Amino acid sequence: MSMLHKFHGGVHPPTHKEQSTRTAIATLPIPAKLVIPFHQHVGNIAKPLVQVGDYVLKGQLIGMPEDGISSAIHASTSGTISEIGMQVVAHASGLPDLCATLLPDGKDEWIPKTGMDFRSAAAADVRQVLRLAGVVGLGGAVFPSDLKLRAGKHKVKTLVLNGAECEPYITCDDMLMRERADEIIKGAEIMRWALEAEQVLVGIEDNKPQAIAAMEQAALASTDDIKVVAVPTLYPGGGAKQLIRVLTGIEVAAGVRSTEKGVQCFNVATAQAIYRAVQFGEPLVSRIVTITGNVREPQNLEVLIGTTVQDVVDYAGSLPDTDGYIMGGPMMGLPLPGATVSIVKAANCIIASSPKIFPAPPPAMPCIRCTRCAEVCPAELQPQDLYWFAKSKEFGKAQEFSLFDCIECGACSYVCPSHIPLVQYYRFAKSEIWSRESEKNSADAARDRFEFREYRIEREKQEKAEKLAAKEKAAAEAKLAAAKLAEAQAATSVTPPPMTEAQAKIQAAIEQAKLQAAAVKPKNTEQLTPQQLAEIAEIEARRAHIHELASTDTEPPNGHDKNQ
Amino acid sequence: MSAFFSPFISKPDSVSAIMLKVLLALLPGIALYVWYFGPAILVSISLASITAVATEAAMLKLRNRPIAPFLKDNSALLTGWLLALSIPPLAPWWLVVVGTAFSIAIAKHLYGGLGNNPFNPAMIGYAVLIVSFPVQMTHWIGPHGLGEVELSFLQQLQYIFSSVLPEGIKFDAVTMATPLDTLKTQLHLALPVSEILTQPIFGRLAGHGSEMVAVGFLIGGLYLLATRIISWHLPVAYLGTLFAIAGIFHLVDPTHYVEPLFHWFSGAAMLGAFFILTDPISSPTTHKGKLIFAAGAGLITYLIRVYGAFPDGMAFATLLMNICVPLIDAYTQPKVFGKKEGKS
Repeated sequence: MSMLHKFHGGVHPPTHKEQSTRTAIATLPIPAKLVIPFHQHVGNIAKPLVQVGDYVLKGQLIGMPEDGISSAIHASTSGTISEIGMQVVAHASGLPDLCATLLPDGKDEWIPKTGMDFRSAAAADVRQVLRLAGVVGLGGAVFPSDLKLRAGKHKVKTLVLNGAECEPYITCDDMLMRERADEIIKGAEIMRWALEAEQVLVGIEDNKPQAIAAMEQAALASTDDIKVVAVPTLYPGGGAKQLIRVLTGIEVAAGVRSTEKGVQCFNVATAQAIYRAVQFGEPLVSRIVTITGNVREPQNLEVLIGTTVQDVVDYAGSLPDTDGYIMGGPMMGLPLPGATVSIVKAANCIIASSPKIFPAPPPAMPCIRCTRCAEVCPAELQPQDLYWFAKSKEFGKAQEFSLFDCIECGACSYVCPSHIPLVQYYRFAKSEIWSRESEKNSADAARDRFEFREYRIEREKQEKAEKLAAKEKAAAEAKLAAAKLAEAQAATSVTPPPMTEAQAKIQAAIEQAKLQAAAVKPKNTEQLTPQQLAEIAEIEARRAHIHELASTDTEPPNGHDKNQ
Repeated sequence: MSAFFSPFISKPDSVSAIMLKVLLALLPGIALYVWYFGPAILVSISLASITAVATEAAMLKLRNRPIAPFLKDNSALLTGWLLALSIPPLAPWWLVVVGTAFSIAIAKHLYGGLGNNPFNPAMIGYAVLIVSFPVQMTHWIGPHGLGEVELSFLQQLQYIFSSVLPEGIKFDAVTMATPLDTLKTQLHLALPVSEILTQPIFGRLAGHGSEMVAVGFLIGGLYLLATRIISWHLPVAYLGTLFAIAGIFHLVDPTHYVEPLFHWFSGAAMLGAFFILTDPISSPTTHKGKLIFAAGAGLITYLIRVYGAFPDGMAFATLLMNICVPLIDAYTQPKVFGKKEGKS
């Protein structure tokens, strides 16, 4: 048994998990309509391959992965494409995105599926299969799995399977581990093989004894070195960095890839999806979703991708005082713009909220520097200082105090006795820094363009002068031999040294401007991961709200009196 | 949905609940105060409470702030109580009122109100009083059974509000120097510590009666530690430093330097360690910073007590260290996750 390590801080919010684990995973009947977004993953949107009126089979590729970071999109059942257009999707921005509307024919007829024996295949082929099967991280990050399975220049020693599921209310991984542990373990074998990892550690929070038992049982059947480890129940112990720390003692700093430290981490549901994709050739067309909160029968459902939240809620029994829906958990979840949005690959949980379940927080009071936030911060930040800097818009200071190491787990906001929405202030500060950054970049680009134009005009003048000189020279030559001395004089005067000097000066100025621009770039906004880039978009959308929030705070943003 | 962004849940805690627990933690000390010194202190606490709340409300009104939520936070009440416990119970009524009003209006609200005061407001109030009204600040009374004359509660009330003593009773017969003061003046008379401590004003550890009040504050402080209202860093570093430096002096020269436990249970040491230094607003936020801050306060307290012009040094030690807080915080920032050297 390996020694467990600890991460700093953490909180113990009430788990509310028992209510949705009373019944086995049920399959949601095929709904009357599916709305399948083409962008359900981190990276580039998939390119639509179908047109309105097309008949598609279950598992048929309808969205082709674009180059780079991208993933495939499939028809979740057989039927007819009735519409391709912009629809409101489950995204923080609330902005519509391109979706295919599919009217199921009820036959649920699969495309011909062919599995593969991965051990006799090339790892690159397995990755291609996963890419075309649309397998992405199902823990919520939705990063394309094929890209994470490349054994890159760093040797991956340990594969970590994340079954911690630390967020309150969510139980989809718990139920999946209880019921389909063998498929998860077989998926782990594929991943270990692709990464050439030495060992597999499965981390499960110790409040899921049944899942732990099932996974231990399944791991016994494997010839790989797979260990199931019960980790202490402590939010956010299911964060990838926190789980890696607990299981291996390794700390992966912000901006560092875990593979650089010899670890790669996947969610348990992703492992199962990888197994289905490789073994049976089944693309990712459904996922387990916890439907809980203010519903009659909280439970876990296997839901076709594209099913509307309304269909899921109706199946579980909606209750009248429901006032909204959250995708994910109450600590980091996303409030949905409505029940019309569809279940996407990232949708691990839908919580129907009511004023009783999530009462309005009391009005925010000033920070009293009690540092309860610092005590619980898993990134070991000083949230009270970051709050101060974000509020007073001292963004440089905020970055100096490692703002971008914040994982937005919400533990600080959760414990704040002054009920300050701390994470929201950090999102605001991050988005401000990002937008200033991009403004600065475009200003730099404009300046570069201007300087190049100046240089070009100068160059054209110079070329004209040279041409003129050449003409004169030709004319001089045409004048025939008579005076060789005069000709030589003309030649020296048409290659003027000041010209080349000016050119060099301009070039040097451009170079220097570029160097200056590079030097003033804040360090931790460089080399953003694709997830962070996706977050930027999300955070942009929340900015408007925080502006509003700042104006209704009990005190003005800079802590001075209003009447001063 | 109540909130528009995550997290949607929060721990049931509040500033007002925290302050209330601190007020509760003062009760054992106050009870022992009344037991040994009579109920006059309750008059000071009441006066301070009324003044604190009234001044807080007036300042909030002047500053166009919502009055109700801030009055409910109990912070003004706490400032009033701490000040009342720091000044002599027989002091005239206006002394408490002036001190408390200054604490709340100047030391707290002129700096931006709750959360923004760089100095401990109660200690500012104390400093203003001891500098401006040094005579009134010596109106300490002795514990039961020690004074020449003991006033009844009514007589005490009469004195507090109208400065009138019953006929035939002299003021000096009513008040009494504090143990720290007694020790200091008698050391100046070249008496050895061992002889001074045989006088009836001294008890087992320190002053008779006042040592038990300190025990009361210690009990309240342990409650605050147990409920994690305060962290151990401040009281441990403060009392530890005070003990260490007093211990060294005492070991070297026991005839002139009293033993360290005397310092722990005299004056405002216990009250300060658990209730004054621990004001989160005016103390550092980092663990290392808290240790430095409290150790510095312990050192300054000792130096003022032994070499300074005032018998006790808690208030000035706190204020002097308050000045250093931004600097201490800036230089004690801990390393963040994954960025600690020597750790993979």
